[in-house]
Amino acid sequence: MAIPKVCGIETEYGILVRGGESNPVAASSVLINAYVNDRSRRVDWDFEDETPGVDARGFSYEDALAPEVESHLVNAVLTNGARYYVDHAHPEISTPECSDALQALVYDRSAEEIVRLSMALAAPLLPDGAELLVHKNNSDGKGNSYGCHENFLVARETPFGRLVAEITPHFVTRQIFCGAGKVGGEAPGFSSTEVPFQISQRADFFEEEVGLETTLKRPIVNTRDEPHCDPQKYRRLHVIVGDANMSEGATLLKLGTTSIVLSMIEDGFLGSDLALAHPVPAIRQISHDPTLRRTVLMQSGSRMSALDIQWSLFERATRYADERGLASVGDQVGRLVLALWEEVLTGLAGDRTSVADIVDWVAKERLLAAYAQRHSIPAGDARLRAIDLQYHDMRPGKGLSAKVGLRTFVTAEDVSRGIERAPETTRAYFRGECLRRWPDDIVAANWDSMVFDVGRDPLRRIPMMEPLRGTKAHVGELLESSTSIADLVDRLGA
Amino acid sequence: MAERVHKQKQPSDRTAEVSAEAGATTEQGDKLRAELDDLLDEIDDVLESNAEDFVKSYIQKGGE
Repeated sequence: MAIPKVCGIETEYGILVRGGESNPVAASSVLINAYVNDRSRRVDWDFEDETPGVDARGFSYEDALAPEVESHLVNAVLTNGARYYVDHAHPEISTPECSDALQALVYDRSAEEIVRLSMALAAPLLPDGAELLVHKNNSDGKGNSYGCHENFLVARETPFGRLVAEITPHFVTRQIFCGAGKVGGEAPGFSSTEVPFQISQRADFFEEEVGLETTLKRPIVNTRDEPHCDPQKYRRLHVIVGDANMSEGATLLKLGTTSIVLSMIEDGFLGSDLALAHPVPAIRQISHDPTLRRTVLMQSGSRMSALDIQWSLFERATRYADERGLASVGDQVGRLVLALWEEVLTGLAGDRTSVADIVDWVAKERLLAAYAQRHSIPAGDARLRAIDLQYHDMRPGKGLSAKVGLRTFVTAEDVSRGIERAPETTRAYFRGECLRRWPDDIVAANWDSMVFDVGRDPLRRIPMMEPLRGTKAHVGELLESSTSIADLVDRLGA
Repeated sequence: MAERVHKQKQPSDRTAEVSAEAGATTEQGDKLRAELDDLLDEIDDVLESNAEDFVKSYIQKGGE
């Protein structure tokens, strides 16, 4: 049986100071500190259980990799259960654990609003004339990329080799509806003349089919085995192949279709007949062909387009929903995702404009084409690159994606609530509510534990190894009736 | 189990279906086109004033 597809998104934002010294690490720190210091007492992240060097294929690179996080930099946990920190030279937010794709979309949108609030709070702290620019994108157009990673809970018992083989066709082709679009090419050997516009921000940067790296020789399937929960029962599939999306529909589809495909894999329903002969060249070839006509070689020897492969995945998903149900992804959300998946594939195969309110690259391509036509601009003009960048601009009033009529799937109330309050249906509820109620008594927190100062020695670590325990249904009353953190810890029997 | 008719469509069927559905999406298409025209009217006020410099100065470090 497929297990619940608990999921989340971690996004690294592009950052630039204009009119001042542009040190991205310092700028990221100013941005995040401005927010964290404005809120309640700051609670730091706890690195106790982080092991980013452990490989899902069964070996450990702990000594071979540079430390993942510079622990002296700002790294805070928020009352909505999220982690907000400086990673390398970027501000990054990891959403809290969410119980389905739609909830994760809400928290990705709340994260955007947290960034906007941070920008407003940081503005007065900057030198005169300086301005902080933040972009939700994945590339600077000069060969430097930063990520938007998804995480999905998968069953440990599903053999990892089979998971890799069967998820790869989806990871290579899903870009046709969740690619964010990019002007120019950054893959070695592809000039912007050859690639004036492509589907994905990220496809140019993938060089391996499978591996542990995230910053060099990036793999289509990342093998980081750091479950942040019971390692006997679960894996956290760390997905690094996606683009950061501005479109809510694209984010919903990215998370929703992947959740369904992973459930099919866990249930042995998907099969391996969609395996690609050469996934790494294929991900670029598909990205470099916005006509969507290009076919790629399958292991079977036949050729299929990305649309053909997606139709095949969709048809299997529909059959899976009918025969096995969609409980693992949330029945209602699953049905919504299936309907949107069909709509978007139909639109991409026919009237492209009909999905310009869902698919970022289609919306961006239309805008670029219309602007170029109105002003008679040739391909390669800097104004087109500027439009590309500004599609992702987080400044209110400046971001072009907010002006192209993208469809919304979540309410402003939900997004606003998600800034302060955690999802009620995962362990993030326990983390967030403890922080909101007793910020002064929490020493540190991370994904799978919290450390409380109960006012008497020693400090108490509360493990949270089950992502679907610590929900409002489980602990809401307990939190409500506890008078102090010491009282809570006593009642937990810890 | 849900009473649902499987849509085992072949690519050729899909193309036919797309043409049939094209009419239904015209209203949405018109709306999107009108919005795009409005955006083009205002975009020069919003766009970076010196695109060349802006694009050149937009340098990020690799991340992840």
